[in-house]
Parts: sequence; C-alpha cells; structure tokens
Amino acid sequence: MMNCREEKNKRSAPNLAVDIAGIHLRNPVMPASGTFGYGEEYATYLDLEGIGAIITKGLSLKPKAGNPTPRIAETISGMLNAIGLQNVGVDAFIKYKLPFLREINTPVIVNFFGNTLEEYGEVAERLSDIPEVAGVELNISCPNVKKGGIVFGTDPRAASEVVALVRKNISKPLIVKLTPNVTDITVTARAVEDAGADAISCINTLTGMAVDVRTRRPRLANTTGGLSGPAIRPIAVRMVHQVAQAVKIPVIGVGGIMRAMDALEFLIVGATAVQVGTANFVDPGAMAGIVAGIEEFCIEEGISDVRELIGSLEV
Amino acid sequence: MKNYKTMVLSNQEISPGYHRMRILAPGFDEISRPGQFVMFRVQMSLPPLLRRPFGIFRTGFLPPDCDGLPPKEYLELLYKVVGRGTGIMSDLHEGDRVEVLGPLGKGFDTGNPGEEKILVGGGIGLVPLFSLALELTKTSKVRLLMGGRTRDDILAVTEFERLGVETYVSTDDGSLGEEGMVTQVLQRKLDKYPHAAVYACGPLPMLRAVHDICAPRGTSLQVSLEALMACGVGACLGCVVKGRGHSEENPQLLCTCKEGPVFRAEQLDWSNLEKEPDYCEGCAS
Ligand SMILES: Cc1cc2nc3c(=O)[nH]c(=O)nc-3n(C[C@H](O)[C@H](O)[C@H](O)COP(=O)(O)OP(=O)(O)OC[C@H]3O[C@@H](n4cnc5c(N)ncnc54)[C@H](O)[C@@H]3O)c2cc1C
Ligand SMILES: Cc1cc2nc3c(=O)[nH]c(=O)nc-3n(C[C@H](O)[C@H](O)[C@H](O)COP(=O)(O)O)c2cc1C
Ligand code: FES
Repeated sequence: MMNCREEKNKRSAPNLAVDIAGIHLRNPVMPASGTFGYGEEYATYLDLEGIGAIITKGLSLKPKAGNPTPRIAETISGMLNAIGLQNVGVDAFIKYKLPFLREINTPVIVNFFGNTLEEYGEVAERLSDIPEVAGVELNISCPNVKKGGIVFGTDPRAASEVVALVRKNISKPLIVKLTPNVTDITVTARAVEDAGADAISCINTLTGMAVDVRTRRPRLANTTGGLSGPAIRPIAVRMVHQVAQAVKIPVIGVGGIMRAMDALEFLIVGATAVQVGTANFVDPGAMAGIVAGIEEFCIEEGISDVRELIGSLEV
Repeated sequence: MKNYKTMVLSNQEISPGYHRMRILAPGFDEISRPGQFVMFRVQMSLPPLLRRPFGIFRTGFLPPDCDGLPPKEYLELLYKVVGRGTGIMSDLHEGDRVEVLGPLGKGFDTGNPGEEKILVGGGIGLVPLFSLALELTKTSKVRLLMGGRTRDDILAVTEFERLGVETYVSTDDGSLGEEGMVTQVLQRKLDKYPHAAVYACGPLPMLRAVHDICAPRGTSLQVSLEALMACGVGACLGCVVKGRGHSEENPQLLCTCKEGPVFRAEQLDWSNLEKEPDYCEGCAS
C-alpha cells in the first residue's frame, strides 16, 4: 500500500522514457542532425545527460568542404541553409569527436550519408563495430552523383536500395530520415520500412529559395537551400501524422519545434520521439526547456507515462 | 560562456543610425577578452528568429545607486541600425528583457608589452578595437587609424583619446580628418614605426588593403571578420571562411564564430575570402 504522499510523488514524476528500435531514451527529446555539431559545441549550455540522445552532424566517407558562403539566410519564421553537408569525415569523427561523446551517459546516434550507393555502404561498415555508437540515422536527402544527381530519398526504388545495403552492413538500430520534397511521403516511408529500417525520422528541410530584390541575386551562394524552423512545423506535423499511419515502425518527428507544446503536437499525431533543430540556435538551452515542459504537461494532465500520448490524436 | 537572461540598462542614439546599449551582465568582465563577441536575442517573440552577433565595446560598472546595493556590472554594445533586428534593438528601453549568449569566439592576442600597436578601424569595426585599446594602453603605445564614409561614421574617438590613444581620422568625403582611405595613413605610420603590430576590424575590402600593406613588410596583423551566423558556437557551419591551404580534398574551413572572429592574417586564404553580399535593407526578414 502506498500512502498519500508516495502516491502524490509517483503522480508528480511521470515516465518520460521511450524506446526507439531498441535504443533506450531517458526522454523523447534529441537534437536534429546538423544543428548540434558533434555534441561538444553545446556542452557548456546544456546538460547532455538531460536529453534522450545525441545526434551528430551528417558524416560522409571523406571529409567534405560543403558549399560556398553565404550559406544561411533568415526568412519569415525560419531559415534557409545550404551548408552542403560539410563534415570531418567518418574516420576523423571516430578519432577526434567520439572520445568526448564516450564520456557522456547518453546514447549517440550517428547521422551519415553518401554520394554514391557504395559510399553509404562503406560508412555503415565503418560504424558497425564502434561500441559507442548506439544507432545510426541514414540521411537519404542527398543527390546520387553516379545517377546524375537524383536524390536517393525522392525515388522510392533508390531509397529502398540504399536502405537494404546499409541494413546488410550494420546490425545497429537503423533510423532512416526522410525528405519532405516528394509528392507522397508515405510511399518512401513504406519503401524504407520494407527494406529493413527500424525507425523513420521526418522531416528533413524543405527546399526553398530567397532573392535579394535589389541585387537580384539569390541570398544563398548555392541559389537554393533547405528551409527549417517554425515556418515548416505544420507541414512536418502533417507528414509525421501520415507516416505514422502508414508504417508500423516508430517515427521521430522533426520540424520547427521551439517549445514543449510543439513537441507534444508531434507525439499526439504519432511520433515516439522528437528532434529539435533550429531552436538550438535561438536558445542553446531549448531542449532542456522542452523536456521540462513535456514533464510539466504530463503532470498537469494527470498522465503517468509519456507513451500514453503517442498517437493519441482524437479525430 | 553562458546565456545571460538579463535586461537593458540604457540604449541611446549617439550619432545618426548608431546606438549604444548597456546590458546588465554580472561576472561578464571576468570571463571576456577583447575581440570576443555575443549573440544577442533581440526579443523573446518572433521575428527575427535568429540571434544577431555583436562585438563587445566594453564592460564596466555603473556608479553605485543610493540603494546601497553593489554597483551593477554592464556589457556595452555599439551598433549600427541596418535591418530588422537592429531596428527592433534601437527601440528597446531600460528594463526590457533580452538574452545575451557569450562571450564567444577567440579574441585578440595582445602581443608583447612595450611593442608599438596600431589599430585600424573602419566604421562599426571600431567596436572590438575599443575593448582592445583598454587592455593594450596598460603596457603599450597605441595609435588608432579610424576611417569612415562621413563624419557621422566616426565614433567614440574622444573615448580612445581619453585612454591616451593617438588617433588619426580619415573620411571618404573629407567631412572629418583627412580625406581618403585609412590605408594611406597606415602606410605612413608603418614607415615611421616599422616594428608596430597591427590590429584591424572593418569591411572586407579595407581588411584586404591592410593585409596587402602588412604582408610584404612582414608586419604582424590580426583581423576581426564578420560573417552571417546562426548559432555562434560552431554547430551550424554557416559562418566558415577559407583557411590557408584550403582545397576540396583537404578542406581547411574555419568557423568565424569559434576559431575567430579574430584571425592572424596568415591563417586565412586571402585570395579566396568570400565577401558576404550586401543585402538590401528589409530584404532579410
Ligand atoms: C562577430 C561579429 C561582430 C559584430 N559586431 C557588430 C557590432 O559591434 N556592431 C554592429 O553594429 N554590428 C556588428 N556586427 C554586424 C551585425 O551582426 C549585423 O549588422 C546584424 O546582424 C544585422 O541584423 P539586422 O537584423 O538588423 O539585419 P538584417 O535585416 O538581417 O540584414 C540587413 C543587413 O545586415 C547585414 N548583416 C546581417 N547579418 C550580418 C552579420 N552577421 N554580419 C554582417 N552583416 C550582417 C546583411 O547583409 C544586410 O546588409 C557584427 C557581426 C559579427 C559577425
Ligand atoms: C544548419 C543546418 C544543418 C543541417 N544539417 C543536416 C545534416 O547534416 N543531416 C541531416 O540529416 N539533416 C540536417 N539538417 C536538417 C535538420 O536535422 C532538421 O531535419 C531540419 O532542420 C528541420 O528541423 P527544425 O525545423 O527543428 O530545424 C540541418 C538543418 C540545419 C538548419
Ligand atoms: S555561426 Fe554557427 S558555426 Fe559559426
């Protein structure tokens, strides 16, 4: 028997932990790839052991220089970026960035990509025996240089092929990150589920463009870039809703999350966890605030386990 | 570095389009170095979404109030209104809530005591040079060469002079000081003080001209660069500049926010520094 006080304490500390493809997260909040560096950049501002997981900047086989500057442009309630996937390369990551992450008691999920099918396979292989890597997130929103630059993630067959290859090369939990720049995202979602993905994260950025009217030049050196931030949230919520209904594997919601209320929207439409991107730039403590806000919401609503919220949408 | 959730102490226009803002920042002086910067959150609601980077003009203490509380420590910015963010900033008043992330980046190397120092500032580029001068004048002879378009762009000269800095002003239109480029003055000063170390902050064309003067002479040069920034902490990779020896295969990209904003001239690939285009005001959201 519990006395009243214990009963109350129990009620006031809801369970926030969730599982994604066998990765145990202490809460459903993690950074979105490319907005959190390799973790250490934010260590002075945020308790890295207070978030569910750490997701790295997207890695490739070789170091990558990325695009010329300007690479960023603010737009209404959002930002365009064309960083061009600049990264240190998978080997330098393992050698120089992983030792810092090893000391942190939070699962590390490595985001990666390739310019060719073979490159995807090779990066997966290099990550496969690294014990500190809890899981990988496959970014299929990049152009396939061998196939004339068609984006892997916009062609269900190419998406399925790359996921199957990576699946063969790595036994760790495999999350596939979908691009929203398609007509029907559920088609890609089903294709990657069938090819062996353990979870799906969506959405990556929406392709956009902004022009300086006086110089008549694009505001990004790359002409186009990916839109992120609050401007894309309603689209992301809609897509997560669709994907969660289309597949059986867990979905991670990403896109424009600034506050706990935004994260809750994604859980309610069916996401098991969320990723926070652009908000980290605005407030480096954003994720801590979102975790606290989710907990507070559960207490106020009398919810003892955050998992009760997942897919609880009333229609 | 930390995120100060704090408030404005004062905010005044000091020359047409230029403002000075003091922000309550306890303990800031202790941890900041000349040449570092802050990411300033203009307002708690949107827009603008992203923070804006600003140099640290100075830190200090307000004279004690009669309330018997210890004197308030402040951080002072000096900024030019160029767009939406700085426009909103110029409307802030005492007591308004703001957030300041900092101090960020690498500051100036203050060099050897006793060595001659020449500071070269263009327009708003004088900001980090003032906190540098506060430090350098303790041990060195400091000269400031200050350039601007018109007399309205020449700021805080008397404050430099009060520190004992010898100042030389030039304007493009001759409305104050010598007519012409600040770099002409630099040539003459380096002829006279060939062992001086040079510190420069201003528009990229000015920095390039300063570099072209210093490099053949072997003069020590540190420059403070600007870049568009989203995070300010090395996470987004929006603010990179090409370092010496950069190539596609062996990228040498330096984050202006983390490895800069102050660089030694020899760290940079001067032939490939990309100038941020001048957007028209109001185009940026
Ligand atoms: C390290 C660093 C230190 C700086 N210190 C100062 C300072 O002490 N005082 C000061 O007045 N300004 C400083 N700047 C420039 C300042 O950040 C910009 O003027 C400001 O971000 C413009 O914001 P906005 O919203 O008003 O302009 P927007 O509406 O965003 O843009 C209007 C104009 O400002 C330019 N601009 C926008 N962002 C930047 C940027 N990050 N750097 C340069 N130009 C930009 C745009 O190209 C455009 O021409 C500094 C910049 C950096 C990177
Ligand atoms: C500057 C920047 C860099 C990014 N880099 C990557 C990346 O390397 N790999 C990736 O899968 N997504 C990348 N993204 C996309 C984000 O992970 C995220 O999907 C997107 O920004 C939407 O979330 P948000 O609105 O919360 O930012 C990047 C986004 C931004 C803003
Ligand atoms: S501003 Fe984000 S890396 Fe420099």
